[in-house]
Amino acid sequence: MGEFMNTLVFGIYPYIALVVFVVGTIIRYDREPYTWRSGSSQLLRRRQLIWGSVLFHVGVLIVLFGHIVGLLTPIAFFDAIGISHGAKQLLAIVVGGVAGVFALIGATMLVHRRLFDPRIRATSKFSDNAIISILWLQLVLGLATIPISLGHLDGHEMVKFMSWAQGIFIFDTGAAGYIADVNPIFKLHLFLGLTIFLIFPFTRLVHMLSVPLRYLWRPGYQVVRTYRRRERGNAAGIPSAPAE
Amino acid sequence: MRIRAQIGKVLNLDKCIGCHTCSVTCKNVWTNREGMEYAWFNNVETKPGIGYPKEWENQQRWNGGWVRTGNGRVRPKMGPKWRILAKIFANPDLPQIDDYYEPFTFDYDHLQNAPELPASPTARPRSLISGERIEKIEWGPNWEEILGGEFSKRSKDVNFDGVEKEIYGQFENTFMMYLPRLCEHCLNPTCAASCPSGAIYKREEDGIVLIDQEKCRGWRMCVSGCPYKKVYYNWSTGKSEKCIFCYPRIEAGEPTVCSETCVGRIRYLGVLLYDADRIEAAASAEDPQDLYQAQLDIFLDPHDPEVIAQAKKDGVPAAWLEAAKRSPVYKMAMDWKVAFPLHPEYRTLPMVWYVPPLSPIQSAAEAGKIGVDGEMPDVRNLRIPVRYLANLLTAGKEEPVVQGLERMLAMRGYMRAKTVDGVIDEAIAERVGLTSAHIEDMYQTMAIANYEDRFVIPTSHRETGEDAYDLYGSCGFSFGNGCSDGISTGGMFGTTNKRAEEAAREDA
Repeated sequence: MGEFMNTLVFGIYPYIALVVFVVGTIIRYDREPYTWRSGSSQLLRRRQLIWGSVLFHVGVLIVLFGHIVGLLTPIAFFDAIGISHGAKQLLAIVVGGVAGVFALIGATMLVHRRLFDPRIRATSKFSDNAIISILWLQLVLGLATIPISLGHLDGHEMVKFMSWAQGIFIFDTGAAGYIADVNPIFKLHLFLGLTIFLIFPFTRLVHMLSVPLRYLWRPGYQVVRTYRRRERGNAAGIPSAPAE
Repeated sequence: MRIRAQIGKVLNLDKCIGCHTCSVTCKNVWTNREGMEYAWFNNVETKPGIGYPKEWENQQRWNGGWVRTGNGRVRPKMGPKWRILAKIFANPDLPQIDDYYEPFTFDYDHLQNAPELPASPTARPRSLISGERIEKIEWGPNWEEILGGEFSKRSKDVNFDGVEKEIYGQFENTFMMYLPRLCEHCLNPTCAASCPSGAIYKREEDGIVLIDQEKCRGWRMCVSGCPYKKVYYNWSTGKSEKCIFCYPRIEAGEPTVCSETCVGRIRYLGVLLYDADRIEAAASAEDPQDLYQAQLDIFLDPHDPEVIAQAKKDGVPAAWLEAAKRSPVYKMAMDWKVAFPLHPEYRTLPMVWYVPPLSPIQSAAEAGKIGVDGEMPDVRNLRIPVRYLANLLTAGKEEPVVQGLERMLAMRGYMRAKTVDGVIDEAIAERVGLTSAHIEDMYQTMAIANYEDRFVIPTSHRETGEDAYDLYGSCGFSFGNGCSDGISTGGMFGTTNKRAEEAAREDA
């Protein structure tokens, strides 16, 4: 890969993807809240979903958090608490490998269900088919990097990715250069990963931002909405400025 | 004491003829859309039967409603909050659409387009989900209509608990009744409690339980939480929907569509005042058989000056307090005690109540075949076992149901004496603990059932709640994000989504 292409894909494309991810998500949340949903198809077919969905979600969440922590925690932090690069590399391979296999088994079941169950196939949108296929491919690519990583267990390759990812966030113009010479499998994995950010706002993936953890500390069980106007600035309740 | 008002509802099953007009008009107005074809906000079931969705009353299977835990508090039967969240990836308590029924259409075009054939062309069924041929329709929202199907299947009905059900499988002993069902707009709704997004809420001003379509994320816990299985997941929009109690009509002082169109005049709408501070305590009663009384205890007397004063302080409009005094629902539930909640043992404190049906007895009693208690036939000899009705309406406690049925029989006896024999027989009223004035009022409300006696609905005071200015130029009521319907017909890259209905046009 030429230096130009390398800079384009790993130096410029990340910013395009991240801007679309952030701005697109905000616009969709604001303009189209009715479309913001998990898009569950369990009602239509329970078979294959229970195992597929649980394996996929549990696996992919572990992988996702592993990537965020592993890539974005400053290298100096690991050095300070005495975790060697080799140990971190091994941890990433073992945890990521196991969770990745879980997620891949789940994703395979879900892809099969989505493409071959008549009900699910008929009610799938293009984006539903596309995103599960892309995630499946991304899991395969991610697992395919493990044999390569086993070849350099000292972790020096991994540090390149950490430098790159952190470089993107601190606007290091030379960030793409850190990973210029890594294995093409890694590069494909990174490219597809960035593409997932790019298409994120246009797919059902947005539901991950609505993970309802607040439910756990929502007081009591019931929700009651009052109709009465909240006290406003002026007692007569006349709005200070007309709406739109 | 914190007083709130709710528009409650009573269905007089004694007069339900099972015509399904309520279901059909409701369907035509609210659920005639893709994704909701299988959903009936209102449906009419023939009891005994397992109903729609299958075995909805079997909470061992569906885990709906509440349970009382060791510490005397209630929590959803699905589990504590962390357990509900743990079901978010795949919910083991969720029915599959086949438990309701796979929605279908027929190949009507084939009737017109078929070539010349030796036999007349037929319109065969086709799935509205996949567009594929359905060879055999296996289930529907009304599959057990008038005792359709085998008794062995229908008798899985959990209301047979404690009833020697085998004898009712014999033709001579068989019995049936209709049960129209809709959302109960509970005081303690499990759907709202189990919604992780907090999208389901109860309106303070009229008690209607709604799902905020913009906040719903489709985690579908409400479908499992509701023990009446009256929350439906729209597979097309990925959001849950439920009966909205026709709130745009209620706000305008009009009855719901199902009530308005009921040809048997069995539906009643009226204001109930209740003490919101005592909901939790009432739902937590230790013995499930006390739940009916516990719910009666939180309803407040609209004639009590203290209640009126407190209600005004709590912001209940004056017109609502006046309507509460004339509420047919209050009369039937509280004054005459002829209406009962549906499955109070779910601890949801439902607000759609039912008058149990009388069943053939008089002719048999006159023929001397069954016991007669004084001049009144013994309601325990009704064709429909009292225990069955009690399991449906009072968690198995028979006394209140017996009293309700006796009062309805007394009303008939009293009015017969009055109109046929020309005698006012006060003793009949006294025997069931009422006065002749009560009986006359019961007769007017329940037998004559004039429109204005059935529906006493005060208009809502929107002017206290919102600015008309804010609504200026907006889209009003819509199925979506205001003016946008939120549905993209095309795929991300301009492809079109093949729809089942298109597929239905082509026939093999």
